[in-house]
Amino acid sequence: MMLDFLARRLLVALLVCATVLTFAFVLTRLGGDLAISIAGPNATAADIAQVRVAYGLDRPMPVQFLEWVGRAATGDFGQSFFFKEKVSKLIFDRLPITFALGLVGLSLALSVALPLGIVAALRENSWVDRAISIVALFGQAMPSFWLGLILMIGLGLHLGWLPISGTGSWEHFVMPGIVLAFSAIPALLRLTRAGMIDAMASDYIRTARAKGLSRSSIVLKHAARNAAMPVVSIAAVQLGFMLGGSIVIETVFALHGVGFLAWESISKNDFPTVQAVVLLLACIYILLTLGADLLNAVLDPRLRAS
Amino acid sequence: MTRLLEVEDLEVGFGDVSAVRGASLAIERGETHCLVGESGCGKSVTALAIMGLLARNATRRAARLSFDGQDLRGLDERGMSRLRGDRMAMIFQEPMTSLNPAYTVGSQMAEVMLRHRGGTRAAAMARAEDLLGRVRITSPGMRLGQYPHQLSGGLRQRVMIAMALMCEPELLIADEPTTALDVTVQAQILRLLLDLQRDLGLAILLITHDLGVVARVAHRVSVMYAGEVVESAPVEALFAHPTHPYTSGLLGCVPVPGKVARGAPLGSIAGVVPRLGPEFRGCGFRDRCAHAAPACAQTIARRAAGPRHDYLCRLEPGLAGDAR
Amino acid sequence: MRALRNAGLVTGALIVGAAVAIALFAPLLVPHDPFAQDLSRRLIPPFWMEGARAGHPLGTDQLGRDYLSRLIYGARISMLIGIATTIASGLIGIALGVAGGFFGGRVDDAVLFAITARLSIPLILVALAIVSVVGSSLTVVVMTLGLLLWDRFAVVARVATMQVRNLDYVAAAWAAGCSKGRIVLREILPNILSPLAVVATLEVALAILLEAALSFLGLGVPPPLPSWGLMIAEGKDYMFFSPWVIMIPGVALFIVVFGINLLGDGLRDLLRTGRVA
Repeated sequence: MMLDFLARRLLVALLVCATVLTFAFVLTRLGGDLAISIAGPNATAADIAQVRVAYGLDRPMPVQFLEWVGRAATGDFGQSFFFKEKVSKLIFDRLPITFALGLVGLSLALSVALPLGIVAALRENSWVDRAISIVALFGQAMPSFWLGLILMIGLGLHLGWLPISGTGSWEHFVMPGIVLAFSAIPALLRLTRAGMIDAMASDYIRTARAKGLSRSSIVLKHAARNAAMPVVSIAAVQLGFMLGGSIVIETVFALHGVGFLAWESISKNDFPTVQAVVLLLACIYILLTLGADLLNAVLDPRLRAS
Repeated sequence: MTRLLEVEDLEVGFGDVSAVRGASLAIERGETHCLVGESGCGKSVTALAIMGLLARNATRRAARLSFDGQDLRGLDERGMSRLRGDRMAMIFQEPMTSLNPAYTVGSQMAEVMLRHRGGTRAAAMARAEDLLGRVRITSPGMRLGQYPHQLSGGLRQRVMIAMALMCEPELLIADEPTTALDVTVQAQILRLLLDLQRDLGLAILLITHDLGVVARVAHRVSVMYAGEVVESAPVEALFAHPTHPYTSGLLGCVPVPGKVARGAPLGSIAGVVPRLGPEFRGCGFRDRCAHAAPACAQTIARRAAGPRHDYLCRLEPGLAGDAR
Repeated sequence: MRALRNAGLVTGALIVGAAVAIALFAPLLVPHDPFAQDLSRRLIPPFWMEGARAGHPLGTDQLGRDYLSRLIYGARISMLIGIATTIASGLIGIALGVAGGFFGGRVDDAVLFAITARLSIPLILVALAIVSVVGSSLTVVVMTLGLLLWDRFAVVARVATMQVRNLDYVAAAWAAGCSKGRIVLREILPNILSPLAVVATLEVALAILLEAALSFLGLGVPPPLPSWGLMIAEGKDYMFFSPWVIMIPGVALFIVVFGINLLGDGLRDLLRTGRVA
């Protein structure tokens, strides 16, 4: 049963990848003739024709599509128009930075959202709960790029605690990490709170209390374990969104990760790179949700067995 | 020697609803005490109030609430948690949801022992295995490693019972432990509880609405109605001389072989248990009672109908019994 | 606690109402032409700072345009984008969700697949790419966001339709021989509107934030339109010396989005308790 479920999930994942692959191809053809954009504003008709042949844009669309699919399947995304380098190398050079940023953001978000969510659930409808829900609303309403700029002015310029932009050291990841965490905190917080409220109202918690267990064991061992499953799922989704959203934050902080690369290649009409990043982020998201399903199967014996 | 559990004038309220309105109850060591009544009469709330397991929005007051001479009213959550699972244990109506789905049977049982008695995990597991055998679960060693979802309802209730016995409690509160189970399993579980009670000498407060069960297992019965214990007596006395009109009405609803003629209509009590506010005075049964009179709206005094037999009605003993 | 919840709802409604009113009556409210440049009056600080000048209560930007006027017109753009995008994405999402929930089976599989595929596509990146390829304009931003933000509508409409589909009055409509179209329009849609209303408010907020982010990155609303995101982007170069150039539009953005979310949360609580009672 479990294997069956996994096989089905994998099949869906592959289909989604194929869909995104097609989408990424269509995306770059939306604007009409690519060759004109690549050749630049000052190009002559002869230049454009030359570019068209050089990039294989003179062949029929289906051929171009099949070639892109065939090469993408082997991890070859072609040559970057702008950086004059292999796209795959460009991306893999920058991927660690984006991953590091995502992990910093997720860890920060979890370390704020989980305790606050648990406290809010235990004090449901109290002023503490209300205050925490306002924190969540704050996070939801804060434009991330604006928060980034404010932190730059406050922590960077006035207090001088952290570098304002760049990629040099771990300190460069703190402010972007905070901004990224802010965007994920509301969803994680709300889900933790709702999950804990459900769990604390359940029969097995009443049993745990009837057994005379300590408060910490009741809350952290018995309730939190069962509230964790939806939180794991949403944390994976949020990490996926963070990696996608890092395009704004990396641009604000000039952090040279994949997001910054994507922004550069978009503004330079570097389509092979844009396509590859879209595909890569989609695949990472799919892998993350698959991973969350697996982790949930570990957490929940019922899923494991059936 | 004092009684094991003494409850006097227990009141529990949820906002503007009084769930328990001055219930009194006493349980001797080693006795099986049945608490009977319709749904919504406050049986479960009384049990939860004794265990200190009421929801946070509930208020509890009592003139006396003592366990083995110790006043429970002054105990905070910490103090109560020392008693619960150790000297007083409880099992519930819903075996399907009362165990934590995320942990094995063995680890949920062992943690009771580890919490109250300490010792090694291996020793706690050995004790758990021993108890699973005592509640007649086959291959207990294998069950220890299983998760609740792998067990049937009857097995889960046995696990709950075994878990409750981990620290050899003096009092076991069983809140309708068989209601959610198949009829054949119900009988097994009841027999098991009785055997355990005899072997271990523990007192059981069995909450049920099934008078057949009461007749088979109880030493003593307390009948609850609308948040009050309206009658309390040794089981023989209660069945022979029901004194409160509600008790006799309740008995009239049950077919007793040999006592009820074949084809004769069974009794029933018209209406439902009312929801009463804190300002309510007098007898809660008066709207459904054939003997109701203006005096029933006054505060009623508890009176004796025989040895260790008391009831809560303005009528003389013997009068109400005619209600049938 | 009840009063506090209602306070949230009322505050949210007041903020949203004010924002809508400002957007509607922007031409009547502005003290200056928001597009009129005056290079002799560049970067005048707002009234609470030294060097403020009468007639420009919130100062001027780097091109000498009156900041208050631009802020007021910015509300117009934000509200327009928020509402237009939500209408577009709502149409797509509700159609998909209702179809999946109503027909079930293969149709539902397809809808679920579409939702999964949509969620796996990196939102901002793809929006930026589309705007960059197609060219930036208000319409393009609305269309792009509308095509991308339908997922939550679809998820909620699908689940709500499934719940409603099995209710007695829908069965009664079947039994009465109503057509599928009639059942969807007359029986199902009216009964799933309230959860969708909550989604709609939250989507307006999300669309406003996304437009601001796109405009901030230079691929949203094109200048000289006074989008708040664009104002922040244009002020970025001056923010270390004149922080108010990014503070003012940012605070406006924050307050409006905060108000919309308050309203959405309040609506959700109201509908939830309404259902219980």
